[in-house]
Amino acid sequence: MTLEPQELQRLKDKAKQIREEIVLVTEKCGGSHLGTALSQTEMLVALYYQIMKYDPKKPEWEERDRFVLSKGHGGVGHAVVLADAGFYSKDLLNDFNKTGSPFGMHLDRLKVAGVDASTGSLGHGLGISVGMAMGARLQGFTWHTYCMVGDGECNEGSIWESAMSAAHHKVTNMTVFVDRNKLMIDGPTEEVMGLEPFVDKWQAFGWNVIEIDGHDFQQIFDAIEASHKETAKPTVIVANTVKGKGVDFMENKASWHYAGLDSEMAQKALESIRRG
Amino acid sequence: MTTKGLTWTIDDADHMTQAEVYGEVLTQLGKQDPSIVALTADLANSTKIGRFQKDFPERFFNFGIAECNMFAAASGMAAAGLTPVVSTFAVFAALRAGEFVRTDLCYNKRNVKIIATHSGTSFGQAGTTHHCTEDLAVMRSFAGMTVIAPADAYETANAVAASLEWDGPVYIRIGRSFEPPLHKSMDFDFEIGKAITLHEGTDVTVIVAGRPTLGALEAAEIAKQNGISMRVLDMHTIKPIDEEAIMQAVMDTRRIITVEDHSVNGGLGSAVAEVIAKNGKAAALRRIGMQDEYAKVGYPDDLLHVYKMDADGILETMQELLKAEIEEDDDWEDEV
Repeated sequence: MTLEPQELQRLKDKAKQIREEIVLVTEKCGGSHLGTALSQTEMLVALYYQIMKYDPKKPEWEERDRFVLSKGHGGVGHAVVLADAGFYSKDLLNDFNKTGSPFGMHLDRLKVAGVDASTGSLGHGLGISVGMAMGARLQGFTWHTYCMVGDGECNEGSIWESAMSAAHHKVTNMTVFVDRNKLMIDGPTEEVMGLEPFVDKWQAFGWNVIEIDGHDFQQIFDAIEASHKETAKPTVIVANTVKGKGVDFMENKASWHYAGLDSEMAQKALESIRRG
Repeated sequence: MTTKGLTWTIDDADHMTQAEVYGEVLTQLGKQDPSIVALTADLANSTKIGRFQKDFPERFFNFGIAECNMFAAASGMAAAGLTPVVSTFAVFAALRAGEFVRTDLCYNKRNVKIIATHSGTSFGQAGTTHHCTEDLAVMRSFAGMTVIAPADAYETANAVAASLEWDGPVYIRIGRSFEPPLHKSMDFDFEIGKAITLHEGTDVTVIVAGRPTLGALEAAEIAKQNGISMRVLDMHTIKPIDEEAIMQAVMDTRRIITVEDHSVNGGLGSAVAEVIAKNGKAAALRRIGMQDEYAKVGYPDDLLHVYKMDADGILETMQELLKAEIEEDDDWEDEV
């Protein structure tokens, strides 16, 4: 599917808006996982504003597509998207992180509508997604499972257990993204714990691998479409991204993995996002 | 036996292990409830969940030797509306994959049942890597987890059936070897959270769970011959624990012995101690189990003896406990 220029513009504008709201929530809540929330944005926008079927008025609708944010620390970005998609009022995000708020850094499925799995501890969400997809297939359900894994998360052994099992059980009703922003808390992935040759690893585990620019909507859509057509292997979309994308002074800096923003910095961040 | 609709029958538990019985019962329940799926990690045969595979190959999933992913996948399957029953060795369920059980099943509130075999020292010959004397403590600490340690094959069958009628994650820990049946038939009341009084008594109470239960009953018979009246409570459910039965035992006998094929730290003995302390009634407590050590290698029955979890050990502890002084309360019936 080739995106029409207006549609592409709509999605790009939406991505900007989501990034701005991530900054605004962060300013209010004292700190968030900014870097990772900003690197995943286009993929979440593609899923929630074009690809996935869901009904924000019926969050538990059985036929909805599922999304598992395995890299649960991207929760602030997911929370902003879910609010914008209509699952709950944006006002609720004013209390993000605060005592008694439904929203912490890592979203709780029992407290936040639209969240299909409570994640946060890395290396869990892919396995949960494999189980969801296998459960759907066994019962003849046609909904699709989407999962997003962090690249640093792929240090976890359980990710590769899950990768093995998805290939073994031929789980093709699931599409996995890896947000390959190449930075983790302590520095570049290749310095902390090397992942390369990353694409080769997934291929060797029996996956259909599609490598894309994770900020390019057309590439995201093409990859998702290809994953839907793949019937022999599970598909992973290795999405090369920029950590902190959209805020010039945050881009490619590990120190922005988790940070707070005072009003002056928040203003600068918003200006940078608006400049594009 | 009927529990809200699911039925099962076992005629020959005398010649079956706990695991064989649960494999059979699970298969019978699987015929009635199509949402049940069975998962294991290369232990289909060892755990006997492979019995389910024979009848329902499409509802059986082997995840290879990768327990963490298996529990994550079980959470996902439950999210999709299935009722996963996961079986592996206790040490792998509770320790290797403990965080997955806690986060993906308990925190996520997923309806998954775990049947953990080879618990305690029941796989004695295999050594400490395959023993598990920590699982009750670990599982008991997970919010939302129900923890059951059935005493024999019939109780195991009951526990499996009851767990499938129970909303939320359940951990059932059983042994490996052939444990002689405690109950004569499947015809007895089994309710999650309700202790079974196996033997009445007024001098001392043994609160026991799992593999050592039969020995406790033997101890009660021997004690009786020696003029000592020993109550035996089969505390098959460690959580939620039957506080009422424990406190009744305290009121009636004041002397309590707990027996578990598990560390005395954090398991049945701890749970009982918490109940007694909370209620503030004077009692003397002895906890039989692993005393902050790893078990030696040995045949399972031998290990029960070595670590005083058998009738001899219980009677020895009883003799010591009967000498214990308990401060008399003038008005025993007072509320604290």
